[in-house]
Amino acid sequence: MADTPLITRPEGLYCPAGDFYIDPLRPVARALVTHGHADHARAGHGAVLATAQTLDIMALRYGEGFCQTRQVAEGRMRIGDSTVSFHPAGHVLGSAQIKVKSAGPSVVVTGDYARTPNPACAPWEAVPCDIFVTEATFALPVFRHPDPALEIGKLLASVAAFPDRAHLVGAYALGKAQRVIMLLRQAGYDAPIYIHGALQKLCDYHLSQGVPLGELRPATVARGNKGDFAGTIIIAPPSAFAATWAQRFPDPVICFASGWMMVRARARQRGVELPLVISDHVDWPELTATITELNPAETWVTHGREDAILRWCAMQGRAAKPLRLVGYEDEPE
Amino acid sequence: MIGAFADLLERLAFTPQRLRKLDHLRQFFAAQPDPERGLALAALTDDLGLRAVTPSMLRGLASDRLDPELFAISYDFVGDLAETIALAWPDAVPGPEVALSELVAELRETPKTRLPQAIAARLDALGPSQRYAYLKLATGGLRVGVSARLARQAVADFGGLALAEVEELWHGLKPPYADLFAWAEGGAKPVSAARAPFRPVMLSTPTDATALADLDPAQFIAEWKWDGIRVQAVSDHGTRRLYSRTGDDISGAFPDLLAALDFDGVIDGELLVRRGDHVAPFNDLQTRLGRKAPSAKLQASHPAALRAYDLLLWQGQDLRSQPFDTRRAALEQAVAVLDPVRVDISALLAFTTWDDLARLRADPPEAVIEGVMIKHRDSPYLGGRIKGHWFKWKRDPMLVDAVLLYAQRGHGKRSGYYSDFTFGVWDGDALVPVGKAYFGFTDAELKELARFVRGNTIERFGPVRAVAPNMVVEVAFEGLNLSPRHKSGVAMRFPRISRIRFDKPASEADTLASLRAFLPE
Repeated sequence: MADTPLITRPEGLYCPAGDFYIDPLRPVARALVTHGHADHARAGHGAVLATAQTLDIMALRYGEGFCQTRQVAEGRMRIGDSTVSFHPAGHVLGSAQIKVKSAGPSVVVTGDYARTPNPACAPWEAVPCDIFVTEATFALPVFRHPDPALEIGKLLASVAAFPDRAHLVGAYALGKAQRVIMLLRQAGYDAPIYIHGALQKLCDYHLSQGVPLGELRPATVARGNKGDFAGTIIIAPPSAFAATWAQRFPDPVICFASGWMMVRARARQRGVELPLVISDHVDWPELTATITELNPAETWVTHGREDAILRWCAMQGRAAKPLRLVGYEDEPE
Repeated sequence: MIGAFADLLERLAFTPQRLRKLDHLRQFFAAQPDPERGLALAALTDDLGLRAVTPSMLRGLASDRLDPELFAISYDFVGDLAETIALAWPDAVPGPEVALSELVAELRETPKTRLPQAIAARLDALGPSQRYAYLKLATGGLRVGVSARLARQAVADFGGLALAEVEELWHGLKPPYADLFAWAEGGAKPVSAARAPFRPVMLSTPTDATALADLDPAQFIAEWKWDGIRVQAVSDHGTRRLYSRTGDDISGAFPDLLAALDFDGVIDGELLVRRGDHVAPFNDLQTRLGRKAPSAKLQASHPAALRAYDLLLWQGQDLRSQPFDTRRAALEQAVAVLDPVRVDISALLAFTTWDDLARLRADPPEAVIEGVMIKHRDSPYLGGRIKGHWFKWKRDPMLVDAVLLYAQRGHGKRSGYYSDFTFGVWDGDALVPVGKAYFGFTDAELKELARFVRGNTIERFGPVRAVAPNMVVEVAFEGLNLSPRHKSGVAMRFPRISRIRFDKPASEADTLASLRAFLPE
């Protein structure tokens, strides 16, 4: 394409017209950041443009000095010879798709996105574009994620069936943890929910942004009384399960909330007893429907299972290409 | 009902603890009527025998409903054929609950040509987890983390029976095991109708010089650990059988050895290809194992033989509760009257100290020896891997430094990870592939390797990624054989990655010539 609006460089996806990167993997002079997950939002850039919530989250994670200058994304903004705008992505609090318009075709970079309503953030918005730059985390026909309310039902049924055991739910600190809490609240669970220390700051931030997480308590044992946690739900980052931290709870049922839980071997590799298929990404039907709906002239795939979606695009007679950006994790830890 | 079976498989899949698995199985046996529970048991022990449903038939079925390329990509990711189909199959309106007996009868009786349509129709009427259970039932080999032995243990627990009794009876029983469940629920013990049943095999635990230091060598015997196939040779009133150590009947492939089982009893031993006194490399035995009905020519060029280790029964007398020394004396007498070309006895090694034994282990007289076996003189013959009686002290593995060339995602337990690695050594200026390893690395190393593969992919061939030759791995293996099928001309036995050599540049990896030095003379 003559006026290629975005090109890939070792640092990440680069816009020549505006001289900026989107979700760069290495420190750059000017970065536009879609959302606060660590693989997309890195510290050490010169200037960062992102939604107010994403900037807050980056400051919470990396400290106030995570970049030299920051700017809150609002409306249509002019950067060099390009115009950019941010639109909700429905992935996590503050997550946005970024639309870039310069002399050539218009582009939307999704970052990560979800279309199933997420009570912890603003819903995804359809943004028309010529080139749709999509993630492909769950881009395989085997990923048809069930209704998250049904998955939360499984968790509550297990809590009822094993009143003497603690339910330890693995969920990433930003997004998934708050989503699980909100799903529990929507299902009518109003007991206090216990959280690992690593979730405290981000949960407090969600509360401050008006996300009604209800009563949260720190999951710390008051002088070694394991029994206190019988029948409770505890949410922790998955990495905590490997540590002795998990041993403080009575005969815990290890649960894990993730789209990967569709695949048995994935769940078993993690030693999960109760897999909860709760995803913050589009699944296969949603991804293919989104491309059909937006009907872009071209689809570019940033990361994930690009082979399958490229094949699907080819079958549909749609132009598509992989960007093979290395460095984005399947799901941030 | 298929729903109950699907729930059971789901519970078993996500229950790592053995005791809880047994709980789930017991509850299932208590709740389900005959023949449902028996068919589920047969599915778990892989005794349903529905051989008509092949993986290629299922792949064909899937390709009718899904784009073959999308299916192949999905299968590569999921790593399990039944699960891939169950997940990717287009959802339809679920029909009424179906009994396992109805499904099994249909799979058994439908002519092979009509089977694909019948299976497709069933898949259309089932939900995702039921589709998975149904396909597992149809293909056998469930791989749900339950061994046949654990399933039998659950039946024994369910009825308060001794596992050994259930195991001995097992080969005389047929699905759906109504007589077994009747016995478990207080009825009469079934009479084993089958001649020459399999007896649970006694297994050893690994040991080393440090662990042996605490044991008194005078209380133990030692013998070579031969690199063949552990077998149980049974001759019972004219019925002769050869079982693998897991109880598979492999008699058909070894008519030459079967003809020599001219006795009444049960011998535990090693199946080898032996020409006179010379024990052939494992490769030769592999050739025999691959032929269900070996030609006369193959039997002559690759003669099968049994090297006897132990005697379980002899002329109607059960010797298993006797101490090893007593059984050994009986074994010596028993083997003395058999055809020495086909059956001989495993020699005992002379040693007084563990150091003596270490010296023997370090310099075995034949290449087909994997190490030494150490057995307590008082040990009874007990089925299973019981600690404290028998030990294996394996020879140290052979090592070579090789360069990683290709990576592919694994299947089953390792699905999703790059865990199948092809590696090569230098042959002049070129790297020639010499083997493939699927295991040996820790989970941390697996992640390290995955990161390397992601960052160093230079070419893709479907699911296989060629990587830049930048990573050296130390490969451990148990032996090397000539192999005309491999480009390198050699094939490794049990290769595994013993560690990643971050310290070593690819140029310093080993050469084909240095690898070939491991070939048996």
